[in-house]
Amino acid sequence: MSAGANPYDVAIVGAGPAGLGAAAITAGAGLTTLLLDENPTPGGQIYRAVTTTPLKERSILGGDYWAGAALVAEAQASGAEIVGGATVWSLDASRELAASWAGTSRFIKARRVILATGALERPFPIPGWTLPGVMTAGALQTLLKSSGLVPDGRLVLAGTGPLLWLFAAQLLRAGARIEALLDTTPWANYLRALPHVPAFAISRYAAQGLALRREVARQVEVVSGVTRLRAEGQGGLASVAFAARSGERRLMADVLALHQGVVPNVNLAMAAGIAHRWQPAQLCWVPVLDAAGNTSIDGIAIAGDGTGIGGALAAEAQGRLAGLAAVAAVAPERLARVPDRQLLAQALARAERGRALLDQLFAPPRWSRLPEGDTIVCRCEEVTAGQLLEAVGIGAMGPNQAKAFLRCGMGPCQGRLCGLTVTELISKARGVAPAEVGYFRLRPPVKPITLAELAAMAHTQRAVAAVVRE
Amino acid sequence: MRRDYDVAVVGGGLVGAALAWGLARDGQRVVVLDEGDMASRASRANFALVWVQSKGLGMAQYMGWTVRSSDAWRQLAQDLRAQTGLDVCFERPGGFHLALGEAELAARAQRLKRLHNQPGAADTSVEVLDRAAVERMLPGIGPEVAGGSFCPLDGHVNSLRTLHAFHKGLHLLGADYRPGHTVHDVVPAQAGFRLMTSRGEVGAEKIVLAAGNANMRLAPLVGLKSPMQPNRGQILVTERAAPFLHYPLVTIRQTDEGTIMIGDSREETTDETMLDLSIAAVEADRARRMFPALGKLNVVRTWSGIRVMTQDGFPIYDQSERYPGAFVVGCHSGVTLAANHALVLAPMIARGRLNADLVGAFSARRFDVAKVA
Amino acid sequence: MLRRLLEEGQRVRLTIDGKPVTACVGDSVAAAMLSCGLRYCRTTPISGEKRAPYCMMGVCFECLVTIDGINNRQGCLIEVREGMRIDTQLGRRTVE
Repeated sequence: MSAGANPYDVAIVGAGPAGLGAAAITAGAGLTTLLLDENPTPGGQIYRAVTTTPLKERSILGGDYWAGAALVAEAQASGAEIVGGATVWSLDASRELAASWAGTSRFIKARRVILATGALERPFPIPGWTLPGVMTAGALQTLLKSSGLVPDGRLVLAGTGPLLWLFAAQLLRAGARIEALLDTTPWANYLRALPHVPAFAISRYAAQGLALRREVARQVEVVSGVTRLRAEGQGGLASVAFAARSGERRLMADVLALHQGVVPNVNLAMAAGIAHRWQPAQLCWVPVLDAAGNTSIDGIAIAGDGTGIGGALAAEAQGRLAGLAAVAAVAPERLARVPDRQLLAQALARAERGRALLDQLFAPPRWSRLPEGDTIVCRCEEVTAGQLLEAVGIGAMGPNQAKAFLRCGMGPCQGRLCGLTVTELISKARGVAPAEVGYFRLRPPVKPITLAELAAMAHTQRAVAAVVRE
Repeated sequence: MRRDYDVAVVGGGLVGAALAWGLARDGQRVVVLDEGDMASRASRANFALVWVQSKGLGMAQYMGWTVRSSDAWRQLAQDLRAQTGLDVCFERPGGFHLALGEAELAARAQRLKRLHNQPGAADTSVEVLDRAAVERMLPGIGPEVAGGSFCPLDGHVNSLRTLHAFHKGLHLLGADYRPGHTVHDVVPAQAGFRLMTSRGEVGAEKIVLAAGNANMRLAPLVGLKSPMQPNRGQILVTERAAPFLHYPLVTIRQTDEGTIMIGDSREETTDETMLDLSIAAVEADRARRMFPALGKLNVVRTWSGIRVMTQDGFPIYDQSERYPGAFVVGCHSGVTLAANHALVLAPMIARGRLNADLVGAFSARRFDVAKVA
Repeated sequence: MLRRLLEEGQRVRLTIDGKPVTACVGDSVAAAMLSCGLRYCRTTPISGEKRAPYCMMGVCFECLVTIDGINNRQGCLIEVREGMRIDTQLGRRTVE
């Protein structure tokens, strides 16, 4: 572990496709590279447990998953220092990271920082979404990948987006049973997506996506145009209710898997003070980047789904490009050792092809983003949509005043599960754009650390003078 | 000119909201002009103490004013609850200032002695306790705690819920709250004032400047002054825990929700967008030395905030001589003094006259005297 | 509420709420709890509502549990170890 006085050339946060790609480039070029990830093993969410999964039967998780193994191997062979189980909880404009692993926090300086913190699943605030038995599809997929676990009992999948169909197919291949897939994609989305069909048709998503749908629809009841989705039960999920063309329906269920797309995980970047903007097509916040992927803070780049959702292959290409930019900035004489920029840019363009259609087709409907009444918005602090609207009614213009009034976003998840809902609900109530409403002001630690760990960090003279008074 | 309101209050933080609430209860037609969501807002960043001990070194009248507000807080909390249904959880169990080591304890005792030797000092019943006496009330203190001071008048409150309650109360009273209306200019007019905001003009017969550190800029526009000297403080907060700390300390307190707040740093800087993690580390370290069991708790958030601070640290309450009807109200302790602001000062402003016996000492004219001397 | 596709993984022994159970090497604490039939892993410090792991990727904090006597740990980010003591997190943690 390098001391603060001896900084790394490059520190990368997140060992998913973008972080692994970046590390492969920078360490491969001989730059001292530190790659930190919160999970025990590299791969991120998409290639979760790719080196350790008990599911050796490759057809279950599919070729796209197993492609991650080569990327992990490349990064591991590059000479990068890869630390698992490491939580980065702060980053500042001087490119100083604070990270915790093995029970100790330390400050780490780097000449370049690449954030590859990826995405998380969009909040799906329907009535009953806090009941035990309700999980995200991504969560159940993680359990499948990491531990070979599949739901036992009656399983219902609900929502929209490619991951939902992929996960359904993986479960079926693994021999699990799915009672129904409730597709919440609004009919109107198909019309909106039409103009993007030509670009999509020649993308890798087209054939794959259609094949997945066929595979699932052969074996599972697929209900299209679902609205008014609710999870019901006392102390745990008992049933799933919804409206469809055929009317109101109710299915008994033990597990409900929810998914309506993924959004950038912005907490670390925002807490570092990096400027963000509202991305209307993906209904989320994305960092403001220049053409080279640099953020508003000098020396900090963001690559992968943290810049806006592009998928694993785009993330990997972005990561490699960010790595290349770091090499150019820190040791331009070593550029001869890295792949050609042009090739990487082409790979990125290929990977991004078809994305516009996915954004339109799988844009989550308003009803499943804008809850009402007693539906919980902030899971940590148990704040409802009704309370939030009342706060707006007495003058809370934005998320920060609402947070002060109600504590929404103040719990341990720090708004990750409610932030977008809060912005969009206030936007709707006030009749102004989400960009004008804004977001929570985020601060370190972006993940909790123990008081003892914080206390053990360096005490500067200045800090002591600021605290110890008579 | 338009005279839509009896009073325009500039600032919707705890000071402005408390005054506006008091004025509206008094039957005044009130508008509150406030900044937007991302404003630098001490009311969202404070430590929420209703604190008496150690207030007033250099101005004995401030001690009495503080004790009065502390005494009035129970009434305020009851009134807010009755009106809004929100329990702001005011408690006055008494509070501690703990000393790590004998040197800190001696310095503390010396300071309290100077405070209470001032002519006109109020009786706060503060006492310096040795370690054994402290431990009887605060089991779990660390071995370095040499003792501390205890004042039975000290207490705390849920300050964010108090802000919420004032705003809900204002709404129920029919006051007009206008966020996103940053006041750029104030122009005295024939009978009243015109306020130029980022979203248009507002007219009112009286104005109250309660804009925190921005009073420094606004007060001279109406013949007042409000010399400020803001500084930055940082606070950390833990996850919720079962009740463990039954008295607030000046640097540590457990909220009604269960979280433990740790704070009281002071730096001469006014950028609240960033914070210094080394300061958080020192605060955490002192907290752990005071209560070793705190070490295991998870810190879930930290923040920095800019203290509203007048140049001598004491409140400024004035009415303009040149433009009667223009008032300035500024102070550091917006939580502690909220009861006075809502229940005592607001009625004075409604009547158009500050009672010199009660608040005359807090005129900014004292800064002229200081200069001459 | 979950079942294991493969039973051949290397096992570790642990206790959940005092009851001896086994899990597989590489399981997260949250995965182990769900595989042992637990429906929920904590009650909230506010309403006391039951909650279970939701995101399994470290962002939602629903999987908070007590591990080896330490409260409020993220069960989805911590791997099981031989002899681990896992307990349901009931409401607010304690300060001891």
